[in-house]
Amino acid sequence: MRARAKDLLVSAALLAVGRRRRRARRLRPGEVERIVPEGPPSEGGELLALALLALGTILAVGFVVVYALDRAPAQTQLMGATLGSSLLCIAAALIVMAKRLVVTEEIEDDYPVIEHPEEQETIAQVVEDSGSRITRRRLFKLAFLGAGGALTAALVTPAASLGPFLRIKYFYGTPWRRGRRLVDESGKPWRASDIEERDFYTAFPEGADKEEEGSAVVLVRLAQGQLSLPSELAQYPANGIVAYSKICTHAGCAINLYRTPLFPPNDPSPPELVCPCHYSTFDPGRGGTVTFGPAGRKLPMLPLQIDSRGFLRAAGNFDEPVGPSWWGVRLHGPTP
Amino acid sequence: MIRAVVRYLDQRSGAAPLVRKTLRYLFPDHWSFLLGEVALYSFIVLVATGTYLALFYQDSTAMVTYHGPYGPLQGQEMSEAYRSVLNISTTVKAGLLIRQTHHWAADVFIATVTLHALRIFFTGAYRKPRELTYWLGLSMLVVALLEGYLGYSLVDDLLSGMGLAIGNGVALSIPFIGANLGELIWGGPFPGTHDFFARMYIFHVFLIPLLIAVMLGAHLALVALRHHTQFRSERRQTERKLVGVPTYPGQTPRSLGLMLAVAGVLFLLGGLVQINPIWLWGPYHTYAATNGAQPDWYLGWLIGGLRLVPSFDLTIGHYTVIPNPFWGGALFPMLVFGFLFAWPLLERRWTGDTRYHNLLDRPRDAPGRTAIGVGFVTWVFLVFVAGSADRVYVFFGLNYSSQLWFYRGAVFVAPFVTGLIAHRVCVELQRGEQVERRRRRAEEEARAAHA
Repeated sequence: MRARAKDLLVSAALLAVGRRRRRARRLRPGEVERIVPEGPPSEGGELLALALLALGTILAVGFVVVYALDRAPAQTQLMGATLGSSLLCIAAALIVMAKRLVVTEEIEDDYPVIEHPEEQETIAQVVEDSGSRITRRRLFKLAFLGAGGALTAALVTPAASLGPFLRIKYFYGTPWRRGRRLVDESGKPWRASDIEERDFYTAFPEGADKEEEGSAVVLVRLAQGQLSLPSELAQYPANGIVAYSKICTHAGCAINLYRTPLFPPNDPSPPELVCPCHYSTFDPGRGGTVTFGPAGRKLPMLPLQIDSRGFLRAAGNFDEPVGPSWWGVRLHGPTP
Repeated sequence: MIRAVVRYLDQRSGAAPLVRKTLRYLFPDHWSFLLGEVALYSFIVLVATGTYLALFYQDSTAMVTYHGPYGPLQGQEMSEAYRSVLNISTTVKAGLLIRQTHHWAADVFIATVTLHALRIFFTGAYRKPRELTYWLGLSMLVVALLEGYLGYSLVDDLLSGMGLAIGNGVALSIPFIGANLGELIWGGPFPGTHDFFARMYIFHVFLIPLLIAVMLGAHLALVALRHHTQFRSERRQTERKLVGVPTYPGQTPRSLGLMLAVAGVLFLLGGLVQINPIWLWGPYHTYAATNGAQPDWYLGWLIGGLRLVPSFDLTIGHYTVIPNPFWGGALFPMLVFGFLFAWPLLERRWTGDTRYHNLLDRPRDAPGRTAIGVGFVTWVFLVFVAGSADRVYVFFGLNYSSQLWFYRGAVFVAPFVTGLIAHRVCVELQRGEQVERRRRRAEEEARAAHA
């Protein structure tokens, strides 16, 4: 132990002496020892950095000029070009300075000590000692836990005003009811004769809010032989026209793709309704069943009827709740 | 003059010892250490440009009729929010430049955070004593994804609305609480009440940026307290000795230069490379959609996840327990981030390595970790690519459903393949180095024997 300490002392002394000697050689009387080592000046580097700074200045001024000039063509592009290049020139000047005008020191340093056992002990002791007057510790812990929990609950309670989060019934509501006419985006009623095969129409309940998820439906007319509905849906079409909710049951996007085989009639693939967000694909001839893609639930179908003047009317509400699914979505049918 | 200023400030703050230490704080040098720095500077650009945009933006969904200079939308009904962003893009001078720069900065920010996280993973920089820094960084990535999503939702154009509808669908799909949560966030069933935009706005411009700033401060403070990690490129670099360039003078011009360069590139992109031309999409309605819509790149993995899952709801009889969007939109990201958060603990359990590490591994030094990392990245990347299968169909005519079936298989197989290959490559590289070392030693011995 002592021998090691002696070794250390000797080497430290040698180091100190050696260092002083080296320094003493460089320093002139009255001169202070440098911290950052010296380096030779670089005239080229200075000129380059100054030139880049000048260019950056000109470009920044150029930005102001472009901004001030009304009706400059491609103003956004010119502003971006001048401001961006100005920043890049000044950045380049700084990099040139870093590389050629500032001494790059590669120095060593110790990593900080990993831990401070003494301080750790002091902290723990202070905390322990401070609580020594309290005798019923467990009770206090419980009391604070209870108070903290209750207070947190109280503070979170106003968040309940954000939305009617216990009233799930809103999800089942749609504006459709028996006899309601189907209208287009501008409010004009659809006639059954307007709906042609191989085309795709959007309809809303007359007088309702079009933005509600329960409102929009797609209308398509299917050829004979393309319809094969289960018995409970057999009465839903009117004269070959079927209506489905336009909101995909997967994630709530609007279905806006209708794939009908446009190639020769020997192609057996049936027409399909497709959602453009995740390509859930539904079969309008079979009551909106999922044929491909992620949707886990069929498309809600709206029963139709045609009144004496030829206008399309709803014959009731959808057969399934509208919109993306949630827990328990199929517990109820849709409500008007 | 310098001395007078320093003395004046030190006499009043007593900060001279701290400043002296800071000036001589060391930065080890490697290009990959700049990724985090670029992310930081993108964040600064985001705050600056975002503040400017907030001076013009209206968070109102009240319907107005458009009478601005953009012809094709003339007379259309739209929300005040969308009109205000149209005005920023058309009538506010420099508005389009700032808006596009903001959008580019968001994309670059999340890209560099991601690359930074990969660098940290593959070099083992998250190991003790830096786990907290790692977890803070990951949390910032999660929050940044949400922040980006809110940002492009606030525009209220057609793409915003479609994105929000999907977000609503995913929220509703959370088992047992989804519908309730959705009603709390939106104020009712989709598209929600007018308050919803005010809620998004305060989160996007205040709460989340503040949260990121606080986490960023803690992240940087932890980095500085423990000092940077380093690769061992010189003999004097050890677990206890750090070699680097001091803050001043060496590092300061480099960092300032990098900051201005990042800002410069972002403004060049914002001025010259169009991003999200919102006037083309028009206003959103629940009954409107467009085909070929793609989100910003950093949400591509989620749209891929949503599209890949086959038609499947978890149901008991007539009771739906877990609807489909949960798998791709919620469970998948939870697995991804769950793995990343748990990784330092998992690795420590498997390797039993509880030592302190200041020296970085090269990927080849830890073949097991590299293999798992490569497999994991392959998995997420395949899902990401699956999200663009529709574009591949449009450009190359490859059948969409065949592509999807391919990806549905590949996501289970490919990670193991790439992981095994990565492992092999690491082991071979290590062996190559051993051979090289042995050869050099033999040559030296031979030379010594001759002499």
